[in-house]
Amino acid sequence: MSTATSVVELKPKDFKGKTDPDWCPGCGDFGVLNGLQKACAELGLQPNEIVTISGIGCSSNFPGYFNAYGMHTLHGRTLAVATGVKMANHELTVICTGGDGDGYGIGGNHFVHTARRNVDVTYLVMNNQIYGLTTGQVSPSSSIGMKTKSTPFGNIEMPVNPITSAIMNGATFVARGYSGDAKHLVDLMKKAIQHKGFSLIDIFSPCVTFNHDNTYTFFRPRIKKLEDEGHDSRDWKAACEKGLMWGDTIYTGLFLEVDRPSLDQLEPILETGGPIAHRSAPLTKEQSQKILQKMM
Amino acid sequence: MSAKKYDLALAIGGAAGQGIATPGNILARTFVRRGLHLYAYNAYQSIIRGGHIFLTVRVSDHEILSHGDKLDLLLALNQDTMDRHLRLMGPGSRIIFNGDEIKPGKTAEGAELCPMPVNELSNNSRNKLVQNTVALGVCMFLFGLDFKVLEEALTLQFKKKGQDMVDENVGVARAGFDYAKANVKAFPQPLPEGKKPLAVWTGNEALAMGGAAAGVKFYCAYPMSPSTGVLHWMATNARDLGIMVRQVEDEIGVANMAIGAAHTGARAMCATSGGGFALMTEAIGMAGMMEVPVVFINVQRAGPSTGVPTKTEQGDLWQVLGASQGDFQRFIVAPKNALDAFNTIPELFNLVDKAQCPGIVISDLLISEGTFSADPEAINMHPKIERGELITESTSEDGYQRYKDTKSGVSPRAIPGLKGYVHVVATDEHDEDGILISDEFTNPHKRRKMVEKRARKLANAVNDVAAPELEGSKDADVTLIGWGSTYGVIKEAVEQLKEKGVTANQLAIKWIVPFHADAIHGILSRAKKTIIVENNHSGQFARYLRSETGFSADGHIRKYDGEPFMPHHIVEGVLEQLAGKTNHYVPYQEVMV
Repeated sequence: MSTATSVVELKPKDFKGKTDPDWCPGCGDFGVLNGLQKACAELGLQPNEIVTISGIGCSSNFPGYFNAYGMHTLHGRTLAVATGVKMANHELTVICTGGDGDGYGIGGNHFVHTARRNVDVTYLVMNNQIYGLTTGQVSPSSSIGMKTKSTPFGNIEMPVNPITSAIMNGATFVARGYSGDAKHLVDLMKKAIQHKGFSLIDIFSPCVTFNHDNTYTFFRPRIKKLEDEGHDSRDWKAACEKGLMWGDTIYTGLFLEVDRPSLDQLEPILETGGPIAHRSAPLTKEQSQKILQKMM
Repeated sequence: MSAKKYDLALAIGGAAGQGIATPGNILARTFVRRGLHLYAYNAYQSIIRGGHIFLTVRVSDHEILSHGDKLDLLLALNQDTMDRHLRLMGPGSRIIFNGDEIKPGKTAEGAELCPMPVNELSNNSRNKLVQNTVALGVCMFLFGLDFKVLEEALTLQFKKKGQDMVDENVGVARAGFDYAKANVKAFPQPLPEGKKPLAVWTGNEALAMGGAAAGVKFYCAYPMSPSTGVLHWMATNARDLGIMVRQVEDEIGVANMAIGAAHTGARAMCATSGGGFALMTEAIGMAGMMEVPVVFINVQRAGPSTGVPTKTEQGDLWQVLGASQGDFQRFIVAPKNALDAFNTIPELFNLVDKAQCPGIVISDLLISEGTFSADPEAINMHPKIERGELITESTSEDGYQRYKDTKSGVSPRAIPGLKGYVHVVATDEHDEDGILISDEFTNPHKRRKMVEKRARKLANAVNDVAAPELEGSKDADVTLIGWGSTYGVIKEAVEQLKEKGVTANQLAIKWIVPFHADAIHGILSRAKKTIIVENNHSGQFARYLRSETGFSADGHIRKYDGEPFMPHHIVEGVLEQLAGKTNHYVPYQEVMV
């Protein structure tokens, strides 16, 4: 594809998009954006090799702030569109960005099936446990008791657990990051992008405007890194146990990583011939004769 | 059955699980190999075992356009079929049934009952499907064919299951053939032979093949009757053709996945029925806004909601017209039959690639699950493929704007991966560079510019599609207007009306958007009397025609009982309206299927 003979090494700022984020000052999403710019630069990726794909929500404005091919799609449909992109050209690095409402709420069905299929995309969920762009309603990951505009007397619904859900659904790389810990997040992002298969990083990305419960102050004392605890990321039972913990200790880091062929590796059509997006459209004479023969 | 034109219709009736498909398939293949034309319509229920299935196969030495009005041969596989359909069998017809188990009722004069002693002929075989094979043997004799023809067909059908299976079936069929020879009268006119062998396909297969010929490389779907045949064909042939086929978790995922693949550069297509199409609609608007060419097929069934899943209707026109919020550009086309459906797909892909927008095909159960004969030479597997202004190689590296405001409204489209063309596409309104303007109060002018840019793409699109033409005598007493699948049955009704001394012609509409409003209005305003024929209750096309042309038809013939029109339904409707009895005729479906 590329006509360039030498690859220029890029810096994080080279992945800066055409516009600046319109997020609220202090929003956790800034940390994620900076983190991905750094991760892509450190991995030696080029903007034309990457497609960022998002849905709708504050964090879904991400592709516009990032220098790469981008698709800002419908609310909740990120992973469905991303599967189409990845399967049409599996040579692209596909990075999905969005929020918890987009991914675990309206897009929940696609989350289950994209994980199960092990589609080779990296999914960065900026989880702020609130609906921000619609000005502060309960999200599928809001804690019980949380007061929001749509739950003025407190949330009565059990929140989704992205970590254990992803593990149960067959995701092959399941991690949690914190936008307040840039170095750790960049490290996770690099691993996730390099992982062949569906990789989820659920990222605590505090909403400073609408979520007054899950703030930087809330997370700072509670967060412990799995890496510091000798967690074995091949041990799914331990991953689930640690993923379920929510209280004085909340874990970040790589919960689970397993080797399983990704959908593009399993797809027989892709064994030879390169990405389908680049293949010549017309059928060969031989192909069409075979079809017509079946009708006789 | 007239002596000049061979025209025979047979029906096989029984319960789901009684194996109607196999004899139906063997007979259909036998007919087309002899070069005969056929059309088959299967009336069935949403049930896997039991219920009532009634397969009508009409065969002729001339082109066939509908399943017709009458039956010449009935294969009753159970008592239920006998009870329901015997009364419709007229003089000269034959009724084949298992005499050991089925009791015939009152028979019309001249209809000949052919009971088969199945137990005796099959040596008391316990195979419940054996009566079907006996019946095939009887059929071959009635058609005046050599047994060898059936022997070959059975061998082909059963060879995968082993020689024992072939021998058993051939043996039983021969017993049926010999029994018929000794006991019943063959049809006076033997099955003729056509000029050259024909092929057979369903409308769904034609749609799928149209996709393959158009260069579709990505097909995805969620199973939904009556569209599932497209998925089955694609899945079966995917590896031979290098097409990626995915079954997705729901139709929302289907539409979005297809758009993802299409944006990346593959020709992508998906098919569903009305309910699934409803789930796809938000994404169809996304394809409009992002300017991604994708083809969506809606195979209509009787609605609303789950409706009558295995019955036909033309009830989704307004759903398709109103699919997705906002103003956006799309093509909408309703093909007339299987061959037309096949040819429509590559044509539509070229149009949507040129205009960078979604295209929607409206089919229905009648076309999609109907079985048609086809001249293989008329099936062009190598149609013209035009991808429009698609950039697939890096040439320039400066100033690329995905949504450049051009004179034609079409902005050159670069596929992801290319160096120098990095851009973002968005469902939010955006400027020429793909940068969001949706939330900016200060940008009404940019919004207007982008709306107008997209609109320009289709401003002259009507010139890219064929205008409908009046078929039949120019100064006819009555002009019948139809859209999509009613083409064939209306054409046959026109022929029947001629025999009754009424000259009629037909205006068949295929392209819904863009709509040849001026041409259509011109034709209709010169007509003596206009009647719109459609398979729905509220006259969806009548309302669309009025909205686009201001033209109101004189009368209407509408059917919404789930079964398709038969030619005589239309003939009767026209005669009643010419006699001034009504301007809104709803035919009565005689066969209680």
